[in-house]
Amino acid sequence: MSQSSAILLSLTLNGEPVQVAAPAHWTLLEVLRYKLDLIGSKQGCDKGDCGACTVQIDGLPALACLTLAALADGRSVTTVEALGCGPVVHPLLDAFDRHDAAQCGFCTPGILMAAESLLRRSARPVTRHEAASALAGNLCRCTGYTKILDAVVDASERLRAEHDDGR
Amino acid sequence: MRPFSLIRPTTLAAARARALAEPQARPFRAGGIDLLGLMKEGLRAPAELIELHALSATEGAEMRALAATEGGLRVGALVSLAALARAKGLPPSFEALREAASSAATPAIREAATVGGNLLQRPRCWYLRHPDLECLKSGGASCLAEGGENRLHAILGGGPCYIVHPSTLAAPLVALAATVTILGGGGRRTLPLEELFAPPRERIDAEHRLAAGELLLALELPAPAPGLRSVYEVAKEKLSHDWPLAEVALSVVVEGQTIRGARVVLGHVAPIPWRALAVEQALVGQVASAELFARVAPLASVGARPLAQNGYKVALTQGLVRAALHRACDVPIPE
Repeated sequence: MSQSSAILLSLTLNGEPVQVAAPAHWTLLEVLRYKLDLIGSKQGCDKGDCGACTVQIDGLPALACLTLAALADGRSVTTVEALGCGPVVHPLLDAFDRHDAAQCGFCTPGILMAAESLLRRSARPVTRHEAASALAGNLCRCTGYTKILDAVVDASERLRAEHDDGR
Repeated sequence: MRPFSLIRPTTLAAARARALAEPQARPFRAGGIDLLGLMKEGLRAPAELIELHALSATEGAEMRALAATEGGLRVGALVSLAALARAKGLPPSFEALREAASSAATPAIREAATVGGNLLQRPRCWYLRHPDLECLKSGGASCLAEGGENRLHAILGGGPCYIVHPSTLAAPLVALAATVTILGGGGRRTLPLEELFAPPRERIDAEHRLAAGELLLALELPAPAPGLRSVYEVAKEKLSHDWPLAEVALSVVVEGQTIRGARVVLGHVAPIPWRALAVEQALVGQVASAELFARVAPLASVGARPLAQNGYKVALTQGLVRAALHRACDVPIPE
């Protein structure tokens, strides 16, 4: 058993090993935003209702606002910043652009991370219903969701076609 | 959130000893969904959280198990709702449990939320959760819902407090006759899950019968009888991320066309998962038919005493029971 007011975390963050010290009671969202300057993950309701803080832990969607940072120790954490770092535009980002799926954009990082987890785990293009189910925890106050679902299904079809082409 | 220390015990004995020394100030943490919500809203300010995920592989094995037993299923308290919903090889008879585990909250919450936490979370009553109000459960003199805003409150078994039990897994688990194993001062004890829940008349400070420092270890679902089928039906205002207005989980044992056994459990209409015993009794020995279901569904609300704003739950519950019976027995709903 150990007890301390500060903790040292070692995690894999967007594919890179990271060590960071933080107060024991901080959430993963606070560490990302206020220690690591990764401000893509948004602090919305801060209690699990809006999904704006959605990141991935070991590839599965997680609410960073309800995850104690200490629990991310030794895990792989992926934030929306990872989607923008590739040599080509990620199909999800491209689809969100082409479908005008973002308006104010505050919910977009969380939606992208929830959607990316779904697409990566699906062996075939996702249906509109599957996309809606996967995004059920992500509130958007601007778009009415139609264009977001269009973009996720479109990206899913394109990712699958690229996969089938062996690219 | 007020600062706290995170304690990482590796043994069950250490976890319990730590909690027992100061139970109010040292809650166990599993998924943390309800606990962190309460802490962020200022309703709880523990000095320490006792992290159950820190238990060693051996010590935590029972709490992490998700395994078939002899025809049944063992589900550890630390299993996430998402893992339960995704579990391969869940017997088809346990469909109600899979449906409920897939429908609660949101995908990201289901990844973190645990079975134990789902059963032991605090009620969502807006008076209990209001930082500036004192209701019966938070130390006040009266239930503020009884004469207040009560459209989401209990129609059955209420008084002196009218919460509805918030667990979505409770109804299917009780419908499937789950037992629960608890670790306490006297060692381990196992009881039917429905005996875990305490109505407000019995206990006002909590919704369960656990003593301080007791740990809910695991649930066990017995092997289903041949012909057992179960379903879960829920009504919500929103399709996702909403609390049920009412829900029903039921299991029936059908032999030929005859119903040989039934367990019908209502959720979000009473302070505890509510066995609709009159419906169960009226079903057994009868041939499954639309006429039978139309006749027995109204028995679901026997004893109901709706408050000013929640009378709709009577008809809603009856309708859910009827729909669930049709689906479970594969009897088409008449046009």
